[in-house]
Amino acid sequence: MSYITGVGLTPFGRHEGSSSLDLMSQAASLALADAGLQRREIDGILCGYSTVSPHIMLATVFAEHFGIQPSYAHAVQVGGATGLAMTMLAHMLTEAGVAQHVLVVAGENRLTGQSRDASIQALAQVGHPDYEVPLGPTIPAYYGLVASRYMHEYGLTQEDLAEFAVLMRRHALAHPGAQFHDPITVADVMASKPVALPLKLLDCCPVSDGGAAFIISREPTADVRVQIRGCAQAHTHQHVTAAPALDRLGAEIAIARAKAATGIAISDVRYAAVYDSFTITLAMLLEDLGLAKRGEVAARVRAGYFSCDGEMPLNTHGGLLSYGHCGVGGAMAHLVETHLQMTGRAGDRQVRDASLALLHGDGGALSSHVSMVLERTR
Amino acid sequence: MNRLADWTRGEAAIVFQRCAGCGATQYFRRAFCASCGATDLQEHRASGEGTVYATSLVCRAATPETKAHVPYNIVLIDTDEGFRMMAHGDNDLAIGDRVSARFVQFAGRLVPCFAKASQPDKTERWR
Repeated sequence: MSYITGVGLTPFGRHEGSSSLDLMSQAASLALADAGLQRREIDGILCGYSTVSPHIMLATVFAEHFGIQPSYAHAVQVGGATGLAMTMLAHMLTEAGVAQHVLVVAGENRLTGQSRDASIQALAQVGHPDYEVPLGPTIPAYYGLVASRYMHEYGLTQEDLAEFAVLMRRHALAHPGAQFHDPITVADVMASKPVALPLKLLDCCPVSDGGAAFIISREPTADVRVQIRGCAQAHTHQHVTAAPALDRLGAEIAIARAKAATGIAISDVRYAAVYDSFTITLAMLLEDLGLAKRGEVAARVRAGYFSCDGEMPLNTHGGLLSYGHCGVGGAMAHLVETHLQMTGRAGDRQVRDASLALLHGDGGALSSHVSMVLERTR
Repeated sequence: MNRLADWTRGEAAIVFQRCAGCGATQYFRRAFCASCGATDLQEHRASGEGTVYATSLVCRAATPETKAHVPYNIVLIDTDEGFRMMAHGDNDLAIGDRVSARFVQFAGRLVPCFAKASQPDKTERWR
């Protein structure tokens, strides 16, 4: 058993003058307060990476800065899947009795700490240094390639993809911490600047400053308990050139393993938190995970299926696309929002029933996948 | 192992490896076969013929050198030799097009760039 006993999330956007350590510290303080724990009670630390301030030992840099001397600490790097991968590890560490309370934390001043060009360049390095990067691809291009193929095989259109940008923006409007608060339409997405076709600017998540943290504990610290029911990973490749066929990608493998590990079916899921670095990422993953049948996702998003009041509320904070993306902390915001929904603290965004949630993270070019099931227990 | 120069080393060629043990082909050069681990690999020059698997027209680049080239088409090609590779392509390419490689200068380097094959292959090689 393990429980998510506290969560913390800063607003995303511009945090002028804040370092990565500042943003990590803010988020960690919020998570500690939420769990009702003191610093000295934290005996494990897992942290992500910072492209702005790379360090070979970020976890102990943070631990010293924050004032913790843990018995277990290191950084984890799995791209966008890092947040859920750290949560999975924290779950295993607490179950094994290695730690009682593991602080999972990430934060980065990715927007104000470096130029947008530097961010794009840093991220493109997930490509192959000899066989891909010299060709000048960007992360949007890796996903643009996947999008072109997915659209070709399953008939998805650019207008279909745009619906997901519109949905995430609509959700962000109800969250004061989101980076974007201007409503957008499908026409706005279609008219936005081409980035790596078929992906346009509003199909892409922004670059943000922000931080997120949570605490995974062996025992609950509150009456309303959010338990990690189970999780699983799959890693099929690193480079998009070496990716398997679309029907053999890691999301399908990870969710199958998670279902086997937890005994839950997709029909049991009440809330979904799915990685959405680009509109295509979200559309594909929803179908890969079985939250929509193949070729059905566009009809479902148009029918309001994934809206706050829909059958399967999705990323009600606005996701990476509109809450923002500060690196590892970006996808951790999905878990923070899930926790708020599961504990009835999501305010105006509160959904009817979030008693069982499915989370999914993706790193690289659909390279690394983590599926996780959370359940509210009493 | 006899190492052939390819475009990643400034030569106008696409090179791949074939495993003498299991027959697998691989594009990213290694000292061993990623399928079976054998070290008996032969290097071959590819014909430069293939079929378009995916395309993305890059309109927003990140470095001064690559910005000078926008828009440029990043493509994945399924080569006739059986491996997939990333390359540049003419802007009019569509998925399923039969293509041939030439080599062009991009950001100070020689890179493979695919264009529609002049004599389309009548055999439906794909899907």
